[in-house]
Amino acid sequence: MADEASIDTPADGTGEGVRRRDFINIAAVSFAGVGGLAAVWPLVRQMSPSADVLAESSTEIDISAIQPGQAIKAVFRKQPVFLRNLTPKEISEADAVDASTLRDPQTLEQRTKEGHKNWLITMGVCTHLGCVPLGAGEGEVKGEFGGYFCPCHGSVYDTAARIRKGPAPKNLEVPPYEFTSDTVVKIG
Amino acid sequence: MVRLFGPFVGLFFAVALLWSFGNGAYVAITEPAAPTAEHEFHKHPKEVHFASDGAFGRFDKEQLQRGFLVYKEVCSACHSLKHVAFRDLQQLGYSEAEVKAIAKQWGTKQPTFDPKTGDRGERDNLPADHFPMVYYAGQGSPPDLSLITKARHEGPAYVYSLLTGYQDQPAELLKKFPDAKTPEGLHYNPYFANLNLAMPAPLTGDGQVTYSDGTPATVDQMSKDVAAFLIWTAEPKLDKRKQTGWAVLGFLLAATVLAYLSKKQVWSNVGGH
Amino acid sequence: MSFPWANHYKPSHPFMQWLDEKLPLPRFVYNAVGAGYPVPRNLNYFWNFGILAGVCLMLQIVTGVILAMHYAANTGVAFDSTEHIMRDVNWGWMLRYAHANGASAFFVVVYVHIFRGFFFSSYKAPREMIWLLGVVIFLLMMATAFMGYVLPWGQMSFWGAKVITGLFGAIPLVGEPLQQWLLGGFSPDQAALNRFFSLHFLLPFVILGVVILHVWALHIPGSSNPTGVEVKSESDTVPFHPYYTAKDGFGLGVFLLLYCAVLFFAPNALGHPDNYIPANPMSTPAHIVPEWYFWPFYAILRAFTSDFFFIPAKLMGVLAMFSAILVWFFLPWLDTSPVRSGLYRPLFRKFFYVLLVDVLILGYCGGAPAAEPYVMISQIAATYYFLHFLVILPLVSSIEKPEPLPYSITEAVLGKDDGAVLSANPAA
Repeated sequence: MADEASIDTPADGTGEGVRRRDFINIAAVSFAGVGGLAAVWPLVRQMSPSADVLAESSTEIDISAIQPGQAIKAVFRKQPVFLRNLTPKEISEADAVDASTLRDPQTLEQRTKEGHKNWLITMGVCTHLGCVPLGAGEGEVKGEFGGYFCPCHGSVYDTAARIRKGPAPKNLEVPPYEFTSDTVVKIG
Repeated sequence: MVRLFGPFVGLFFAVALLWSFGNGAYVAITEPAAPTAEHEFHKHPKEVHFASDGAFGRFDKEQLQRGFLVYKEVCSACHSLKHVAFRDLQQLGYSEAEVKAIAKQWGTKQPTFDPKTGDRGERDNLPADHFPMVYYAGQGSPPDLSLITKARHEGPAYVYSLLTGYQDQPAELLKKFPDAKTPEGLHYNPYFANLNLAMPAPLTGDGQVTYSDGTPATVDQMSKDVAAFLIWTAEPKLDKRKQTGWAVLGFLLAATVLAYLSKKQVWSNVGGH
Repeated sequence: MSFPWANHYKPSHPFMQWLDEKLPLPRFVYNAVGAGYPVPRNLNYFWNFGILAGVCLMLQIVTGVILAMHYAANTGVAFDSTEHIMRDVNWGWMLRYAHANGASAFFVVVYVHIFRGFFFSSYKAPREMIWLLGVVIFLLMMATAFMGYVLPWGQMSFWGAKVITGLFGAIPLVGEPLQQWLLGGFSPDQAALNRFFSLHFLLPFVILGVVILHVWALHIPGSSNPTGVEVKSESDTVPFHPYYTAKDGFGLGVFLLLYCAVLFFAPNALGHPDNYIPANPMSTPAHIVPEWYFWPFYAILRAFTSDFFFIPAKLMGVLAMFSAILVWFFLPWLDTSPVRSGLYRPLFRKFFYVLLVDVLILGYCGGAPAAEPYVMISQIAATYYFLHFLVILPLVSSIEKPEPLPYSITEAVLGKDDGAVLSANPAA
């Protein structure tokens, strides 16, 4: 900073005084600016999820009662998650599609756990604007591809919960989960 | 107007006050306040020091773990800790897995309620849970301990003094105040505000808790450790607070010195300063 | 109004010229706290406290709005939500301590500001309106602080709300219905907590509005100064910027150092332990006291222990407590001395220091238990308080012989003023 000042300041007898004066004032104002910005950080950061929200526990769900062709809704991070036991027909329908032709190319294998290909576990949050698609509850419309149908803006998902039609850009998100036993899934 | 009525209002209040003063003085002379046992035998907390004391003090995590053990083995039977979550224990140096195990094995379970069936039950604690409420049906009402060291004057020293302060009622007290005998079911402790409390001495013998770090578990040590633990439960952000504080003060000091120099410079061409 | 020699705002950048035509906000700032506001050159550091009070208000509004994002005004969870802020919200502990200690800092600053006004008689003509608005701000601050203290719903919150609303119960005839109306019930509960939260959020913005009027009124006669002699010529003043912006910057630094030292190293020193106990309507704490900034007035309230003729002691206490502040409204007309500054009023000065000590004694007694000797001491101290404002001040102003005043601010600072010669000889 002192170097910069010396370029602008004529090198006459008063130069030294001017430089020192400018430096002090610039430094004082800069400090105030930096301090002000630093003080803003906590004010911004307080809006982020708090420790208790981040610690929102993982959910363990007993899936033993879900028959093939049925689905349940559970809650993960305050949002619905769909757990669906696919029938062999639904699996073959999903496998019959050439994944590379899809908007968000993924195969059913990539979206399920090894050895549990019939268990389709996805968030129940439409990737368009976040509505809850229909199709998990009993008697709900499953849409023309037999998976899920979002009534808000007409996104249609297939039996692997992949986006097939409508405005949604992505497949329904698969949350992190694991099978702690054959009948219990731990999400998160 | 104001100058006309002002003095009258002033004299009105002054006379009323002096009237109160006279009455008070008369009563104070004719009926001096009787001494009470609480007034004469209540003691201020003992002098005791903790690692977290002072502007540079930091928590001693081993001590906090020992204190947690004392809480778990002894206090938690009657006292809840509802503002603290199991996950917070990681700040004491426990690993995530250890916290999980502590939560799972915690004696009091989390109550559950199924809004569909109306069934009530209970489940194991999870790290995200707060310590479960403890319900106590006996005499007295054990306070929640989360904030106890901030909710009492000289809180940490108070907790330590109370735990180590149980004793027989002094003969001198009974001689002076024969009516002040500790009632049945209460226990004499000069560090308690009214001298008699429902809680019996919780820490009674050395070795009541087994410390894994080899520290001898004397009553004094256990009391100090649990007091240290309760400083943490009341103010878990204490270390971070002081750390932030030093950074802020350092910055402000530099900024203030600069502001002073700048002010001096700005005023240098104005005479008389 | 401004002095004829005030700098004029001349924007050089085309954008600023354009803005000046459409919305002269920069001009407004320039004339209010910039180079366009000529200020007496001799202000001492006590004149920093006005700006500092403004800083405190902004600090409280910013931290308060943020706390309101996390706080829940429900008796069942208010205490827990406060602890949630302290433990789980990012930087929540700092924001809450900043707000709680910010209230104390605000009152420290404002008390210094008020006593500066007492000593230098800043309330005198032509600045009565500034003073009256200032007293209104102080009253609003007290109401805001009281309601804010209720929000965490601790023991002191609850019993503070109960006792203070109980004051209104002392008013004859309408007292009890009034108290129930204030609380929305028979005792502080959900209705009271919710409305206190709402009003606690609203009032700071009302204060801000009155502060704007206060500063507006200030800019009409311009700032007073330690000599109490009005500005006579350009040599008496300096532009606010950069002279007082630099000085206020330094003052702000010192203030923030002290404030942050308390905030980070003794954040509970000014609070009361009992407020970390959740509210319990069935059990009163052994020793209830308001926050320290109310102690002098609380001591006056408690000083009335005997009925005075037909007036009950309780009512006397309430009347006196409110009168203790209301009397400030009449100060410009109670103190009639033509001389403003306490620096040139030897007798007034002595009584000022007595008042200062008197208020400190009242404060100490207000924080002490309601027992002897504190009650008797506060009775004497309260007697002096009322006599000071209502009897001694008018008397002193009429019998005192002031010391000679300097001709002008310039003369007070430099020891001479060339303008004095000119005005002595108007022909020149």
